[in-house]
Order: sequence, then C-alpha cells, then structure tokens
Amino acid sequence: MFSIDWAHFTPGSAALGGAMIGASAGAMALIGGKIAGISGIFGGALSEAMQGKRPLPWRLWFLGGLVCASFLWVLFRPVPGAHYGESWPLIAAGGLIVGFGTRLGSGCASGHGVCGLARFSPRSMAAVTTFIGMGMVTTFVMRHLLGGA
Amino acid sequence: MKTLAFLCGVIFGLGLLISGMTDPAKVIAFLDIAGAWDPSLILVMITAVLVALVPMQIAQRRDRTVIGEKIAFPITRGITGKLILGSAIFGVGWGMTGLCPGPSLASLAGLTWQEWLFFCSMVAGMVGFEVWQRASSTRAQRQGNPAVPTATPRKI
Repeated sequence: MFSIDWAHFTPGSAALGGAMIGASAGAMALIGGKIAGISGIFGGALSEAMQGKRPLPWRLWFLGGLVCASFLWVLFRPVPGAHYGESWPLIAAGGLIVGFGTRLGSGCASGHGVCGLARFSPRSMAAVTTFIGMGMVTTFVMRHLLGGA
Repeated sequence: MKTLAFLCGVIFGLGLLISGMTDPAKVIAFLDIAGAWDPSLILVMITAVLVALVPMQIAQRRDRTVIGEKIAFPITRGITGKLILGSAIFGVGWGMTGLCPGPSLASLAGLTWQEWLFFCSMVAGMVGFEVWQRASSTRAQRQGNPAVPTATPRKI
C-alpha cells in the first residue's frame, strides 16, 4: 500500500540541491542562451564529434564542470549511496536504453524536467509525464511483479 | 561563455550530489510508489523549476543575452511520436537502473564498475541513436522522400 518513507525523505538537501540545479539552468539560459539539458549537451557533443566536427566549446566546458564537481565531491565524502545493483546485464541494458531514449525524446530530467517545465513547454510536460510514468511502471513490474532485481 | 558554462556545470553537478539524485536507490524509491515512497526527487525538480522559472521566462522573450550570446532555444512544435516514444524508452531505462545522464556524469568520480558500465552503455546507446538516425534519413532520401531532411546539427 502507499506509504511515505519519512525516514529517507530529505527535504532540506533536496531543496538545496534543486535550487542549485535551477540556478545553473537559469544562468545558462539567461546569460548563456543555452538549455542546460544533460542529454542534449552530451548527446549534442557526441553527435558533432561523430560528424567529424569539433564539439561546441561551451558543451565541453559545461560537461567538464559537471565531472569536476564529481571529483571535487569525492575529496570530502563518498558519492551519495553506492546502492547500485549487482546485475551487469541490467545496468548495461538500462544504460543503452537511457542513451537511446533520451536522444529520441530530445531530453531527459534536466532538459525537459527543469528547463522545459520552466519554459511552460507543452512538449516537456508531455515528456516528463511519460518518462516518470514509465519509470514508475517499470519499477513496479521489477520490484513487485518480478520479485525485484 | 566558457567560464559561465564551466561554473554552471560545477553548480549543476554539486546540486545533483547534494540532493542525492546520484543515488539510484533514492531515485527508485521515488519511482516505487507501491513501496516506501521517497518524494525527494519531485521536491528537487519542483525547487529547480521554481528557481529557473523567472530567468527562463525572461530569456524566452529575448534575442540575445547580457553577454551578447544568441538565445536559440529549441523551436520544435507539437507533441510528436518521437518525443513520446523516446521519453517512454528513457523512462523504462531509468526505472531499470535509477540513473540518467546528469547523475551518471556527476558520479563518475565514485569509480565503481557499475557507474562506468552505465556511462559507457549510455554512450553506446546515444551513438546507436546517431547511427540509426543517419541510416533512416539516408534511406528515405534514396527513396526520394523530399519531406525528410538530412541530418542537421541540433539547434541547441
């Protein structure tokens, strides 16, 4: 049955982290003129490289910043929760699907979920509803119908 | 521009790490509505949208930014089949692993095999998409379909 996991709900850090993500996206849009959607930035750079072109510098700098944040973080504490599954086929298949799906759908949680919704984009509203919905269905099937993985 | 992009990338990454969005268990706890539900993810998204709202709305109405960069947001109109199908596919992968592109990049320094396997598979999936997309448009061109454009760089 439906129950809220108050023990694990972290409203303070969720709000702080969310505000930082929003600030980054807002700044990229208003000052940089770009959409801070990770699948678009990363996928776009990949697409440019595959066409033999030099990826747009701003993309590489943004991605560089993202990865630097990661290394900066681990100097002080471990990456939050190393709760990864042990099934490599599941992880590999999931990765392939996420890579393909985010490109086909023109965005992911940051592009559609943050930037698109902040723009009041109907496309993004549809995208967000779809990927959250399918995410919930998939989790339900895997955890409650197939007995978890 | 480069400094802006780099700083924004750092802040974005730290935001993901602070909010716990790099933790697949936390993401899946949100997607698992039949289990013990952790609403953290939706709070992250809501706060992010609220903070980005005013800058995004202002930017949409301008041609250029204060530093002179051209503002060229995606202009695709309409809710297309590709959008829904792609989002659905992404949702399935997300539900399977609890990971998506941003958190994947932000957790690379954890150096676990799972993170890197996901990252490499994600790249492979994106490459696969590019290859598929080019093959489709080449095929359509050969069949003389004038409605299909050649693969053009994305307008982002």
